[in-house]
Amino acid sequence: MAVPKRKMSRSNTRTRRSQWKASRPVLVNCPRCRDPKLPHIACPTCGTYNNRQVISPAS
Amino acid sequence: MPTPTKGPRLGAGPAHERLMLANLATSLFQHGRIKTTEAKAKRLRPYAEKLITLGKRGDLHARRQVLAKIADKAVVHELFTEIGPRFENRTGGYTRITKVGPRKGDNAPMAVIELVEALAAPAARTAPAAAKTEAPEAEADDQPAEGATSEQTAQADETSQAEGEAQAEEK
Repeated sequence: MAVPKRKMSRSNTRTRRSQWKASRPVLVNCPRCRDPKLPHIACPTCGTYNNRQVISPAS
Repeated sequence: MPTPTKGPRLGAGPAHERLMLANLATSLFQHGRIKTTEAKAKRLRPYAEKLITLGKRGDLHARRQVLAKIADKAVVHELFTEIGPRFENRTGGYTRITKVGPRKGDNAPMAVIELVEALAAPAARTAPAAAKTEAPEAEADDQPAEGATSEQTAQADETSQAEGEAQAEEK
């Protein structure tokens, strides 16, 4: 079975892990209620998309 | 070589996939609008629209072709008597997919797929939801209007009616 020849240094481990990043979600303002929402997706606050009621806002 | 079906495979065997699409189409014709994952909605759209085209044709052969896919005879009857004639003046594009964001639990992107020219019943179901959003605004308008003159209240009523009409037109 293949095994690592050398122990991986703390520095190498941490350098690799420094690239684990969460990306900030892109948000746009809802044209109806001005709340931030994901683009191309019905607004979860008012439930509208393209000024059309798609979902009830509670859910 | 046959052209592959557009869109993702639905993570199941071919028989399971056929059944899933048939069941999704059945539910769509029963309820007018259904909420499902984006991938399933995207696979369902061409499938359901082909069935509606058969429903518009309306002859016996078309009915048998639909019955080969959809088992529920009541739904097939509705497809041929109500849904098909409703799309008489429309040459395709019978359904609409609206994305509604990720699902709680597994973060799956969800979508609402609906028949474009809605039934009377789903339209009535969405109307109260729209009315709910308008209701707080209307109440806020009414309270200052009590102290004001009758002319202002009349104007407020007119504007609210106009908003209602505008919304109805949008729908």
